[in-house]
Amino acid sequence: MPGQQAAGGSLAAHVGPYWGDFGGRFVPEALVAALDELDTAYHKALTDPGFGAELARLHRTYTGRPSPLTEVPRFAAHVGEGVRVFLKREDLNHTGSHKINNVLGQALLVKRLGKKRVIAETGAGQHGVATATAAALLDLECTVYMGEEDTRRQALNVARMRLLGAEVIPVTIGTRTLKDAINEALRDWVANVETTHYLLGTVTGPHPFPEMVRDFHKVIGEEARAQLFAEIGRLPDAVAACVGGGSNAMGIFNAFLDEPDVRLFGFEAGGRGSGLGEHAARFSGGAPGVLHGARSYLLQDEDGQTVPSHSVSAGLDYPSVGPEHSWLHDLGRATYLPVSDVEAMDAFRLLCRTEGIIPAIESAHALAGAIQIGPQAREWSDEPVILVNLSGRGDKDVATAAAWFGLLDEPDEHEQHDEGAPA
Amino acid sequence: MSVTVASQTGALLDDLRAQGRSALIGYLPVGYPTVPGSIDAVRAMVDAGVDVVELGMPYTDPVMDGPIIQRAADAALRGGTRTRDVLTAVEQIAATGTPVLVMTYWNLVLRYGVDAYARDLAAAGGAGMITPDLVPDEGADWIAASDAHGLDRVFLVAPSSTPERLASTAAACRGFVYAASTMGVTGERATVGERAEQLVADTRAAGAARVCVGVGVSTAEQAERVAGYADGVIVGSALVRTLVDAPDEPTGRARLAALTADLAAGVRRAPHRTGS
Repeated sequence: MPGQQAAGGSLAAHVGPYWGDFGGRFVPEALVAALDELDTAYHKALTDPGFGAELARLHRTYTGRPSPLTEVPRFAAHVGEGVRVFLKREDLNHTGSHKINNVLGQALLVKRLGKKRVIAETGAGQHGVATATAAALLDLECTVYMGEEDTRRQALNVARMRLLGAEVIPVTIGTRTLKDAINEALRDWVANVETTHYLLGTVTGPHPFPEMVRDFHKVIGEEARAQLFAEIGRLPDAVAACVGGGSNAMGIFNAFLDEPDVRLFGFEAGGRGSGLGEHAARFSGGAPGVLHGARSYLLQDEDGQTVPSHSVSAGLDYPSVGPEHSWLHDLGRATYLPVSDVEAMDAFRLLCRTEGIIPAIESAHALAGAIQIGPQAREWSDEPVILVNLSGRGDKDVATAAAWFGLLDEPDEHEQHDEGAPA
Repeated sequence: MSVTVASQTGALLDDLRAQGRSALIGYLPVGYPTVPGSIDAVRAMVDAGVDVVELGMPYTDPVMDGPIIQRAADAALRGGTRTRDVLTAVEQIAATGTPVLVMTYWNLVLRYGVDAYARDLAAAGGAGMITPDLVPDEGADWIAASDAHGLDRVFLVAPSSTPERLASTAAACRGFVYAASTMGVTGERATVGERAEQLVADTRAAGAARVCVGVGVSTAEQAERVAGYADGVIVGSALVRTLVDAPDEPTGRARLAALTADLAAGVRRAPHRTGS
């Protein structure tokens, strides 16, 4: 199917429903009317200066935008000699990650749609917390679906969502993680679509979600580009981001998509090995297929059944990926590489100790990715610059990290991790 | 482009209408409790009076299905059910002379290859496919393959479908249009959606020759009522539940046969419908 490539061949301005062979709307008919309604409302809002102004005001006064750009020389010394690394600090946003950018945009749209209830899926809880936050702010009823496994692993985030007034429903079917939370949210939406908006948390799902969620996150790249220009007077040589569904990556990539000299790197969860079920590396270990409404790269078995993913980071633990990433991958515009659990956790600790910043484990994959590409950076320019999207902060990950590094005097936990880690 | 392909289920629904009644369409998933066990169950259902079999292919992420069918599909997958098993089952059930439609989520067909799937389904004697997460807008490959291999293609309409979509979906279907009685996933409900009868009327007005109603039909009384206005009554979760709740397979099959006979009687009690 032909995509809707913008005039002049701009990648950045490309819109759905198709991204080359990817994207589309593989959903029950019951949802099509609501997707059309959302698409119409979204495009109407785009041309309404009032909508943009209200979102910008909320970002300035509530989210804390623009988020800072921080150069991290002590960390950069581990990336490569002479390499400069800048972090885009989405971790400093209200609620602790980039997720709030999309959530506030969609929540304002919900008000325009006249709906009173939002539902959301969440893995680690970042998107669930952001959605519960926006629902409290804008007086919406909120239900969050979360895999039972994840509610146990992220009990504090469950409490946080409930404090904010959201109902959290543990999902007890299937693998009991993010994928199954999305299934349950879709089932709820099919039943309640006339009163309810599904506030999807990433750049996947049926059209218009991949396009709309990307647009709400574009601000990350736009700000970073201007901030970097103010600092060094030029574009970066490379941009690095972690890719689960891929919203933070799409958000920072967009401003650089039409700059062919800027290398774009997406880092997926390489997990604990290369066998199916051991990782969430869709590009090296998957094949195109349909899940949750979109055609994209997918971890699947011979028959097309979804294969569970694994990652130390709940936010990257998803078997598919946004369709725009699949398109950029096939076009060769962006490079996607796996980062193992061990590499990510090493980078996590390194940033803590060299810069005094505790990153989300998801974002630590991007940091580890910068270290991976460091050796080639000197071939790019004399003073190579890597821009890394620090998509979230690590407060939610302290328990995982404490267990991983054996910081709580519980020798059993540490040994378990050593056994599970690849050499 | 217009292609004339005979429809196996369409012909049967027309025959039944000439006899003054609607069809009973029964759903069971292949592989539950085992592949041979599911084929035995379908045979029991056919013997007890279903007119068309809807054979479900278990899938890891069945977003249109409620808890009963999810549970059976989960067990079938854990038992190792494969795509090729559904084709084997189709072959054995089609041999009884009852039309068999496969109900499958789209990725399983994509992975197999759309044309190869259609070819093998037709070779096994299958009548066609019901596709809960494929709308005609995304179905160009399947429309071509079903024309090439002479298969029915059943898309869904819902109470939320616009008049334009009712018309385009009705035009894309062959065999019948599947009208979801209510907004929601499969499962038993106390009453069949109020909007079902209106949806059937609207779908006919949009050009559909035959409309069958599913989602939420579980009792003989509901089947009787729906048979009064639809060309077919589709029952799934209630039939699957007889197997899920039974202490052993023979008991499950006996309960399945009893419920099927009940539903078949309900369909036959409905006031005679002659033409639309």
